[in-house]
Amino acid sequence: MTSFFFQLLQALLMVVLAPIAAGFVATTKARLQNRCGASIMQPWRDIRKLFSKEVVLAEHASWIFRFTPYVVFTATVMAASVVPSLLLDTPLSLTADVIALVALLALARFFLSLAGMDIGTAFGGMGASREMTFSALAEPAMLMSVFVLSLGAHSTNLTTMIAHTLSTPLLIQPSIAFALVAMLMIAIVETGRIPIDNPTTHLELTMIHEAMLLEYSGRHLALMEWASMVKLLLFATLIIDLFFPWGIGGDVNLLTIGLALAIWLAKLMVLFVVLAMIEISIAKLRMFEVPQYLGTAFVLAFLGLIIHYMLEVTV
Amino acid sequence: MSASFALNAALLACLSVLIATFAAPFFQAKHQIQRSLLCALLAASGLFAVIAGFSGLLSGGGSIALPLGLPWLPMHLRLDALGSFFLLVIGSLVLPVAIYSQGYLSHEKHLTPIAIFLPLFVLGMMGVVLSDDAFTFMLFWELMSVSSYFLVTHEHRHPENRKAGFIYLLMAHMAGLLIMGSFATLYAASGSFEFSAMREVEISPLWASVAFLLAGFGFGTKAGVVPMHGWLPEAHPVAPSNVSALMSGIMLKVAIFGFIRITWDLMGSGDFQWWWGALVLAAGSSSAVSGVLMALQQHDLKRLLAYHSIENIGIILIGLGLGMLLAQTGHPMLAALGLIAALYHTINHALFKGLLFMGAGAVLHKTGTRNMEMMGGLIHRMPWTAALFLVACISISALPPFNGFVSEWLTFQTALMAPQLGGALLTAIVPFSAAMLALAGALAATCFVKVFGVVFLGHARSDAVANAKEIDGWMKVGMLIPALCCLLLGLLPGLFIPLLDRVPQALLHTSILSSLNTASWIWLTPIDAAHASYSAPLSLIGMLVLGGLVFWWLHPKGTTIRRSKMWSCGNPHTHARMQYNATSFSQPLRRIFMGLYQPEEHEHIERHQHKLLTTRVKYIVHVSDMAVKHLYQPIGHFTLWLAKMIRHEHQRGIHAYLAYTFATVLFLLAVFT
Amino acid sequence: MSLAFAQQIIDGMAALTLLISFSLLAQHRMLSVLHWFAAQGWLLAATAALVAYSTGESELYISAIMTFLLKGLLLPWMLWRVIRKLHVHREVESLMNSGMTVIIAVAVTLFSFHVIQPIEATSELMTRNSMAIATACVLLSMLMMITRKKAITQVIGFLAVENSLFFAAIGATNGMPLVVEIGIAFDVLIAALIFGLFFFQIRNTFDSMEIDAMQASLIHKDDDE
Repeated sequence: MTSFFFQLLQALLMVVLAPIAAGFVATTKARLQNRCGASIMQPWRDIRKLFSKEVVLAEHASWIFRFTPYVVFTATVMAASVVPSLLLDTPLSLTADVIALVALLALARFFLSLAGMDIGTAFGGMGASREMTFSALAEPAMLMSVFVLSLGAHSTNLTTMIAHTLSTPLLIQPSIAFALVAMLMIAIVETGRIPIDNPTTHLELTMIHEAMLLEYSGRHLALMEWASMVKLLLFATLIIDLFFPWGIGGDVNLLTIGLALAIWLAKLMVLFVVLAMIEISIAKLRMFEVPQYLGTAFVLAFLGLIIHYMLEVTV
Repeated sequence: MSASFALNAALLACLSVLIATFAAPFFQAKHQIQRSLLCALLAASGLFAVIAGFSGLLSGGGSIALPLGLPWLPMHLRLDALGSFFLLVIGSLVLPVAIYSQGYLSHEKHLTPIAIFLPLFVLGMMGVVLSDDAFTFMLFWELMSVSSYFLVTHEHRHPENRKAGFIYLLMAHMAGLLIMGSFATLYAASGSFEFSAMREVEISPLWASVAFLLAGFGFGTKAGVVPMHGWLPEAHPVAPSNVSALMSGIMLKVAIFGFIRITWDLMGSGDFQWWWGALVLAAGSSSAVSGVLMALQQHDLKRLLAYHSIENIGIILIGLGLGMLLAQTGHPMLAALGLIAALYHTINHALFKGLLFMGAGAVLHKTGTRNMEMMGGLIHRMPWTAALFLVACISISALPPFNGFVSEWLTFQTALMAPQLGGALLTAIVPFSAAMLALAGALAATCFVKVFGVVFLGHARSDAVANAKEIDGWMKVGMLIPALCCLLLGLLPGLFIPLLDRVPQALLHTSILSSLNTASWIWLTPIDAAHASYSAPLSLIGMLVLGGLVFWWLHPKGTTIRRSKMWSCGNPHTHARMQYNATSFSQPLRRIFMGLYQPEEHEHIERHQHKLLTTRVKYIVHVSDMAVKHLYQPIGHFTLWLAKMIRHEHQRGIHAYLAYTFATVLFLLAVFT
Repeated sequence: MSLAFAQQIIDGMAALTLLISFSLLAQHRMLSVLHWFAAQGWLLAATAALVAYSTGESELYISAIMTFLLKGLLLPWMLWRVIRKLHVHREVESLMNSGMTVIIAVAVTLFSFHVIQPIEATSELMTRNSMAIATACVLLSMLMMITRKKAITQVIGFLAVENSLFFAAIGATNGMPLVVEIGIAFDVLIAALIFGLFFFQIRNTFDSMEIDAMQASLIHKDDDE
């Protein structure tokens, strides 16, 4: 029963911490750029404000437009809730299959793109076209990364992969290093950060993700914004789980869980500082340079695979 | 000769369609009765086929030898596990299409050709699946090909339809020749036409390879494997939509059935060579990726769906290739998993492709056009069609909780759990194929966002579309059945896989049942629960609960939402032409893959009043099929050139003919002494 | 430092060497190519030093120092001077686009893996895992020589081949005899000096550093006579 409670707590933490995480990244970026920046709680305040605002729909919007925010939010939260952050072995840990997670996020993206096409403006179509194209090209690299990681544990189940990493002695494995770099590059594409997409842009022609949200207002927009923040936290937790899982809770007692929480938050902060530094030091790529970026990620992951067979498997 | 319930049901199915064919000409004057009779008998046949398939898988089939055909070769029919499964696939699409046709054919003026040849087509397919000797197989195969030719050229008044039919017939016969060659090789090795004899005999590796290659190219042509796919995008759009649904949904699968029958069954997994699996895997990966890349550039709705069939056949071949590689390297359980993944995708594709073509037919029926650039906003005019089409779009994009995701997940798990197979090439090709599968799946999702978005969402781009009406009840029911099956197959794969497991039991003598979880209606755990598990019901229930909670908490009670104009950057004059359409949606991909597509672009800018004031821009882009341009046309030119050279020989005088006769006599004397 | 740990670090450095060989192929700017080449030299020196430390062969230390000075510092500096003096155009021009080059590079890597794996099994050395990678690096550097249009990048490719051969020697036999090492090092140095001299001469004669232009000029020279 208690492990079920902790599963619920994990899921709730992901949802509640997501806006704070996004705020943390924004504030760190501001501080690194010598600005004061907004407080960490600003995204929370924005979401609360949006929930109290009225919803206005375009004249031609169909039921898909109204249905999409709920689909996007629930799919993203479902995916986030099964990723282990505090406790390794939870009742629903068997559903934490990486490929199924990616597919749930793909479902969210499918409906988001449809909503973009629904209004009948050029912006929505443009956002949908770009978003689907780049996410499609990112899929092989993501899969190849997951492949390299699953070679050790022979499984794509997150819990099994983490357990395998925790139980093998500390090794320097170049293939995992390659997979890490590839996964970082893919995570930036999936969450729509610089250098792929600027999450704070107001110029429609530079938008990818924002263009599909352009017509949303009120609580619908709040749900969509919240979902994209949850997605950022989800990918950060995924990277931490796959590559640096030490410290995650093994058994169900308050001390282990508390320690796991503190360690998780510390790792998240480090990762977000790294993200902020990447965002301020590289300019946004031209749109047609993104396929080259994705191709590099794929080649890196594939090289990691080859190196695994060349160096780490004794014949 | 044992006849069982399953075989009886299968024979009843064949009888129904036979009655339909022969009864059709008698009702030529009374259209209503002709149509109802056709659809009722087809539906009955489909129902019998489904029953036969299920009972064949559950309790085993039987065999019978009918005294038809050649005097010394009776017609052998047998229903085994593989045949039962494919009979189930056939029936599961024939039934809904028959109900759909009741509504779709209501305005068809020349119904008699369809009423004669459609049942023959279904009979041919069922006969191929049931046949137990090579002669019967080829008989029913040719029946299937020729009757489908007459169906494809139904609207023969348009010259491009005749051309499409010609290419279709040409390639179908080429395929038939290659398949006959493969059977001939097996006949030469075993001395008998019967499959049971071919199964027993040992073939030398050289002749096995010859049979495999002939069967691969023959069935591959009929299945639409790149580069032998040239007929598919021509033939499927011009056929009536219910026929396209059957061709794309079932006929391609019957070709896959033939391939499995010859390679896995008649030759046996013991005879596999390492390069067979690698070849099938490579063919599958390239078909999947090139099929979907070509589909993305189409703006004809049915042509786009035809290219997607090529992609999905590629995905099925990836599963089969993985199975062949794993069987040959001694991993029977994983090979069984690969085969099951391929078969699951077979029935998935039959269902959602049938549904997609039926939807396309509905749109064509009510708007009169197949061109996506003219459509838009149909979700407001045809809500049922849109909703059912959406189910098919989500399924084909391999998204949970529908069925497409399950078969792709199974294929990924097979690829992932494949151990190091020995040799750098084999070790690298498996993850590379998995990556290509991921790419194909993601690009398919892109394409269907484009299709649904351009056809159903946004504003109508032409008047015909703005005034479309909803389809009638028959077509709705016909489309509802596959949609429900898609949901069912996606939610409860654990119930369906034990049925599918009979096929690897028969072909590989391995079963994966022992590793399936006991609570198999919730969990899908091939091989091992800790290694791979997927629970669709849990995910769906979770999402519904969460979604329900969020909606209930957020939704204000009793108010209607205010509507207003859309954001247009301050421009007051917006119209339907400003939206993204099919060509613009795929522009980023067209530019990224410019080397593969080699698009021909024409831009015409009109500036009437002043050279800085553009009044009109006309942009035409055409992407032609690379295989057609670089492979088919050169072969065509070469063949014509060869024919011309030979024609010259006909025009020589009598001396040349006497010289030929003399040379032949010399040759025969030399050879026979 | 235990032997197993040292082997892991050497494997990691081998992976990095492969990555650098790929990067050399994929660069678009001349100066980036030079920087990666210098990095390759430093990595090689570090690997040699590490192998020397864990196997106890002190001759490898001398090789490591020579590699660092020659291939890490001197040669890159000389090439940088040549690039600046000749005002060579900043872009690297290649025969086929970078996507195609990378695909061929991956195929070549797989091929060397396939070929060398049986040979690796017969070796007893600690560094045997890196033989396939070293072969791949040699082939990739040769690929770089083939697919480039400018003479300078071809020379860098040749020097990279030499680097990879040194790496292969470390992996296969834990270093060549010192005399051979010193001989090869001086040969490479003289070759670089001569290349440098020749580049100035080529530039004076043909007014260009592109192979195609030189070929065209030679062909047209015959037309005049």
